[in-house]
Amino acid sequence: MKSLKTLVIAAALSLGTMGAVQAQTPATAPADAPAATTAATPAPAATDAAATTAALATDAAATPAGDASYVPMKPTPGVGQPVDGGIDFQNQVSPIGERAYWFNHVVLLPVITVISLLVLGLLLWVIFRYRAGANPTPSKTTHNTLIEVIWTGIPVLILAVIAVPSIRLLAAQYEPPKKDALTIKVTGYQWYWGYAYPDQGIGEYVSKMLTEDQAKTAGEPYHLAVDNRMVVPVGQQVKLIITGADVIHSFAVPALWTKMDAVPGRANETTFTVDKPGVYYGQCSELCGVDHGYMPIAVEALPMDRWKAWVRSKGGNPDPQPEAAAAAAPAPAPAGPIPATSTTAPAQTPATAPGATPAASPATTN
Amino acid sequence: MTDIAATAPVHGHADHAHDEHDHKPGFFVRWFMSTNHKDIGTLYLIFAIIAGIVGGVMSGMMRLELAEPGIQYLHGWAQFFDPAAGETQAKHFWNVLITAHGLIMIFFMVMPAMIGGFGNWFVPLMIGAPDMAFPRMNNVSYWLTTVAFVMLVGSMFFPGGSGLGAGTGWTLYAPLSTSGSVGPAVDMAIFSVHLAGAASILGAINFITTIFNMRAPGMTLHKMPLFVWSVLVTAFLLLLSLPVLAAAITMLLTDRNFGTTFYDATGGGDPVLYQHLFWFFGHPEVYIMILPGFGIVSQVISTFSRKPVFGYLGMAYAMVAIGVVGFIVWAHHMFTVGMSVNLKMYFTAATMVIAVPTGIKIFSWIATMWGGSLRFTTPMVWALGFIFMFTVGGVTGVVLANGGVDTNLHDTYYVVAHFHYVLSLGAVFSLFAGFYYWFPKMSGRMYSEVLGQLHFWIFFIGVNILFFPQHFLGQQGMPRRYPDYAEAFTYWHHISSIGYAIMAVGMLFFFVNLVWSLVAGKKAVANPWGEGATTLEWTLSSPPPFHQFNELPRIA
Repeated sequence: MKSLKTLVIAAALSLGTMGAVQAQTPATAPADAPAATTAATPAPAATDAAATTAALATDAAATPAGDASYVPMKPTPGVGQPVDGGIDFQNQVSPIGERAYWFNHVVLLPVITVISLLVLGLLLWVIFRYRAGANPTPSKTTHNTLIEVIWTGIPVLILAVIAVPSIRLLAAQYEPPKKDALTIKVTGYQWYWGYAYPDQGIGEYVSKMLTEDQAKTAGEPYHLAVDNRMVVPVGQQVKLIITGADVIHSFAVPALWTKMDAVPGRANETTFTVDKPGVYYGQCSELCGVDHGYMPIAVEALPMDRWKAWVRSKGGNPDPQPEAAAAAAPAPAPAGPIPATSTTAPAQTPATAPGATPAASPATTN
Repeated sequence: MTDIAATAPVHGHADHAHDEHDHKPGFFVRWFMSTNHKDIGTLYLIFAIIAGIVGGVMSGMMRLELAEPGIQYLHGWAQFFDPAAGETQAKHFWNVLITAHGLIMIFFMVMPAMIGGFGNWFVPLMIGAPDMAFPRMNNVSYWLTTVAFVMLVGSMFFPGGSGLGAGTGWTLYAPLSTSGSVGPAVDMAIFSVHLAGAASILGAINFITTIFNMRAPGMTLHKMPLFVWSVLVTAFLLLLSLPVLAAAITMLLTDRNFGTTFYDATGGGDPVLYQHLFWFFGHPEVYIMILPGFGIVSQVISTFSRKPVFGYLGMAYAMVAIGVVGFIVWAHHMFTVGMSVNLKMYFTAATMVIAVPTGIKIFSWIATMWGGSLRFTTPMVWALGFIFMFTVGGVTGVVLANGGVDTNLHDTYYVVAHFHYVLSLGAVFSLFAGFYYWFPKMSGRMYSEVLGQLHFWIFFIGVNILFFPQHFLGQQGMPRRYPDYAEAFTYWHHISSIGYAIMAVGMLFFFVNLVWSLVAGKKAVANPWGEGATTLEWTLSSPPPFHQFNELPRIA
């Protein structure tokens, strides 16, 4: 049943993606019609958000038609964000998320439901059967060793059954990242997020919540939408190095089953792999002061080629090392323990990749 | 244990009451310099009710604000404290509300009611002691608690960083509570916790000494009523965990004021150290709040089933086991802080172990009723409600115990729902069970059964509507401690707020019942509950004489 649902969602998603691709094809067309490009996206060109979109689109139009260029993806309703009146977990789009969701829904939820109903049933039974009217003379039983052993032993067995997949899930969740994982440095500030891609040469840029008007204009949910998203490629493992600049924050994306505190003075590591293109929202999950509720997270997952286009649009180099070396050589593998260099690197570092856009234009760091 | 009274000849109590001259001191000396365990217990209960009203009104304000997306009321409320309050101060006031609600309900409502109130009143009565071991220290505990409460409420009028009051959350996490909040409010909140903690340590010493040394002849440990067992275990938890909290928050104070860097990485400290110390206290604290409730529920179930508690030893040692294991599971509150995966595995497994003794208790209560002759008086329905609601809160705890699943649910409304099920529907239900159960004994008057039943049913429906949907919000990803939310969360937030309103109506019946019973309630006999009530307090008059057991009862 679940797989069917997954299929439907996947279909919907791919349709959405196709739509997005179509929407942006005009962008690669001759550069004399930037207005048309903007019109294809929803922006009525009044607010900041629209301006940003337009800027990006125009810029894309100016790019030689080598790579598909970056246009912020529209979120799919019901994916990567809460749904109206929803009661379940958000649809999971990472292997760990699917596994954890399965563990909860196939093991934990049935077990806790059965236990709760068992206790409720027993309670209702004793209430009915042993009410004073039905049982005027109470028994004097106070011990029954057998039954006490049983209700100690069975819970132990149930917990053991839960513990095995639970521990395995943890092991899978925190497996050391693969060598080719994309490293992103995440910094929590009061009250916004900073993202940097040290290996791609993208210095830290800032991600802030859109105002209500901006979010509406962009067609995104208010409280979740941000100006500059974290953009990742689909299918490649992403390694986050997370720290906090002032107080503790927590980087959380429910649809990716990811949450890790951003603690000042510590570099926490967590990984995820996104299976499907889309926009996945999250929110800061550790009380961090006045605007704790106003520093959301948006992760946009793109197919590899379009992710590369985004990297270029940020002035970065999507293929930082000769591919052979990156793939084969184990020693100088791209991700060192903590890329300390990245934090302060300004975003306008010119990209060296061929075909990249002029550095000044797209680096829309605030 | 429940054989006690059946075979306990309590020597001529009726005579006592006549012989004995109750030298009641004058009003001021009696209530402000009290050394009488029953008077101090009464003071604690009045205090807890007042603090509960304050904390409950705060939760009502929060539910009102959360009923609709957007910020509607916070500005006005913030302006009550600071006429110049703008948007920042309004949002800060939200954090002040969550902080104060948590601290008040834990330190000034549940703990004073359970341990200070019922513990003081009934531990000496149940073990056949004339009073607590250290009556004067008992009074010190009480007044430290009130000063602590005044200090906490007072902090709301002083600067705490971005607005008036401490907005750090009840957990006072560094660095938000150190470099993150400038101003005296947080110092006051920390000092308030210090005082409340000191009061509890003194209380714990008092209870342990009383229970170990002042039991009536023949009252062996294994004959003590389960409520006394529960207070004994609780007192040990307090005694061992609170000094750690005191140390942790003292380091907060020195970090804030004297330039130390215990929790500041730039000076070689670590914010995570604070969390470890805090939760080393914080998890036992969870059991401090619920164990006396276990004890109360055992007494109530046994009384109204007219049957001794099933598996008495198992019940007593299950509480001991919960207390012991409660000390080695703290880091499940910190699964997302960046611990090593091996630690997460350990804390996952250790946490799940607690479900075993808890299960023993649940099943033993049911077995106590099995074969009994049940009467559904107000205390009994609260106890029955407790068993089921605590089970629901317990099983969601098993879900959260899994570090891998907690990744998603950590710091979401699922956690809020979980701990309100075990506290607001667990601890509070047991408090009401105890309150109705012992009200005739304490006041000498019967409560209104009709109002009590209405209170239960309306409150029961209300809190379930209030808290059950929060599981859904949490699974959908709604984080805790947010004054505002994405539109998709509106539906369940709205339902949840309606639940609060229903719950509040139920509370009206409680207050009406309280006043009516005190003024016009029927006079209570020594034992209004019949032969099921076998513990020693029911052998005394209602209310008991000012000094009881001048001649110790002898337990066969």
